[in-house]
Amino acid sequence: MTTPVVGWTEQIARARLHVVTGKGGTGKSTVAGALALALAHGGRRVLLIEVEGRQGIAQLFDTPPLPYSEEKVASAPGGGEVRALHVDVEAALLEYLSMFYNLGFAGRTLRKMGAIEFATTLAPGLRDVLLTGKIKECVTRTDDSGRHAYDAVVVDAPPTGRIVKFLDVTKAMADLAKVGPIKGQSDGVVRLLHSGDTAVHLVTLLEEMPVRETVEAVEELDGADLRPGAILLNRVRPPRLPARSVTAAADGRVDASRVRAGLEAAGLALAADDLDGLVEETVEHAIRVQAEQRARVQLAEVDLPAVELPDLVDGVDTGALYELAEVLVDQGVR
Amino acid sequence: MSTLDVDALIDDPATQVIVCCGSGGVGKTTTAAALAVRAAERGRKTVVLTIDPARRLAQALGLAELGNVPKQVSVEGFEPSGALSAMMLDMRRTFDDMVLAHAGEKRAAEVLANPFYRTISSSFSGTQEYMAMEKLGQLAAEGSWDLIVVDTPPSRSALDFLDAPQRLSTALDGRMIKLLTGPARAGGWGLRKVVSAGFGLFAKAVSTIVGGQLLADASAFVQAFDGMFGGFRERARKTYELLRSDGTAFVVVAAPEPDALREASYFVERLAAESMPLSGLVVNRTHPVLAKLPAAKALAAADALETGGEAPLAAAVLRLHADRVALAQRERRLVTRFTKAHPGVALAHVPAMAADVHDLAGLREIGDRLAGT
Repeated sequence: MTTPVVGWTEQIARARLHVVTGKGGTGKSTVAGALALALAHGGRRVLLIEVEGRQGIAQLFDTPPLPYSEEKVASAPGGGEVRALHVDVEAALLEYLSMFYNLGFAGRTLRKMGAIEFATTLAPGLRDVLLTGKIKECVTRTDDSGRHAYDAVVVDAPPTGRIVKFLDVTKAMADLAKVGPIKGQSDGVVRLLHSGDTAVHLVTLLEEMPVRETVEAVEELDGADLRPGAILLNRVRPPRLPARSVTAAADGRVDASRVRAGLEAAGLALAADDLDGLVEETVEHAIRVQAEQRARVQLAEVDLPAVELPDLVDGVDTGALYELAEVLVDQGVR
Repeated sequence: MSTLDVDALIDDPATQVIVCCGSGGVGKTTTAAALAVRAAERGRKTVVLTIDPARRLAQALGLAELGNVPKQVSVEGFEPSGALSAMMLDMRRTFDDMVLAHAGEKRAAEVLANPFYRTISSSFSGTQEYMAMEKLGQLAAEGSWDLIVVDTPPSRSALDFLDAPQRLSTALDGRMIKLLTGPARAGGWGLRKVVSAGFGLFAKAVSTIVGGQLLADASAFVQAFDGMFGGFRERARKTYELLRSDGTAFVVVAAPEPDALREASYFVERLAAESMPLSGLVVNRTHPVLAKLPAAKALAAADALETGGEAPLAAAVLRLHADRVALAQRERRLVTRFTKAHPGVALAHVPAMAADVHDLAGLREIGDRLAGT
């Protein structure tokens, strides 16, 4: 019983905007970074955007905190590159306003007074409209020859609980003015987010709560006519026990004498305490493996393509990010 | 590195409030519940304020539904020598109650019906934090308990609940909305001259973007709210003082993961800066090694067994043990990094439970692990 791993479909490969969401603690930012690197393989230009103000990209790629501009953070094999942008709502609002009004130096003072935070408090939807507006601008930007500035844009998006609200710009606009420049801009954003150019990927661990949230988020995305892309199974650990032993072991039935005999055959003589310890570790492992199997069954219900990333015991540094990108490329990410 | 003595903390009659904080997903709510159960069984009259418990945890406490007042926990097999009440925070009702308490009936009705109030009271990002602190203040003022254990909202950052009241104050205190709706009338504002030209444009731009109706609602809200504001701020200040008092103990909860420990570091530094009393760090869901067998030796033996095609169970046990040793090493390394930066912080390690906690026995077990017994 495993999720059918069909990898990266043609349809997903055609998307230019990859939105990455997931429950908090599932490694969403890490996976977004690895995905950006994977997409940059073979000479492509990729922009990685972060919208939650935590400077996770800078930590991931070991660079100084990102300013509000597109900075190169990594090179990919084959001449590709990843740039990163940290979108700050206040900066985005000021940038937006300055397209229509000349605020001059008052902008900075307004910010200091909290006026901008107040404006986004007044209309919570404004925040998301500004962020998605900036994302759309990056996706559709072209150079003089008409070529897209980026081959792909990856967004480290808000967590599953808030993702539909974030992307459902039509609803957010209900709060806002029905006419004027922001309305015109948001119509374009809506078109992009609901088109085949956009795929919303869901990062999850093989654990009960993240999987439940993933299933709920997929339903919500479908309901809002947004397009779920792939399930990105993160931190997958190898099952060690023979499949037939899992159920018994999870119930606490581990044949200690058989383990002891096996260890002795390998020349290991353990104290009784240590043998008990090994048995307990085995029971805990089996309980976890069972929970993972249940999680896979539940995930299979959503019927989306899936790719897997291994658990890296030493944690994720920039080098490990390349390793994860490689794993994604091997599973067809392009 | 010292050990956090959980029993000494909960037994001390001087400990009146325990605040469990940390980033989301680290097991704060469960830790708070386990501490409360343990304190009650050790004789304290305890109340636990949970924010957003998983359904099964709520059931373990006999909290079938969201109630905004503490309810005595009566679960079979639970006869504490002290007492335990539990409640889940209902953010909207706490806010409504606050408005009702501070405004006359007519004005309260106006505020409660205002669309802008509905936005602020249900979806402003700091409201939950603010209301959790408000509720803590109420419970403390009531004086019915000798220990209050508080869970903090599942915010992204552990610091949010300290900053939220200030953020909400800024949003509610009316100066900004007066500037937006009629900058010319907002006299006495020092910055006004400097920015008035820019501000006029800004106000115009904002109203173009958010629409006139919303601004009108907000303005009506602020006018109705004006008189209440002093009371709100005064209460927030009192709760802040309570948090800084000697009877309060902060327990920071973190999973042995880089992000959670980084947040824990920020939090520890922030508490120090605010002179708030930190008791220690709970490193939650660790995976200690249970058998003294080095990973390299286990792997070599597993290789040998697999080559010979014998004893597949023993080989699997050796491999999963080696995985566990590696995981334990990683966790230890991460925790060491934290203790190097904060050598004075006492620690308690709570080994992971094999399955989710869904009953009193599970909470007791976590309590035992917290106390190291």
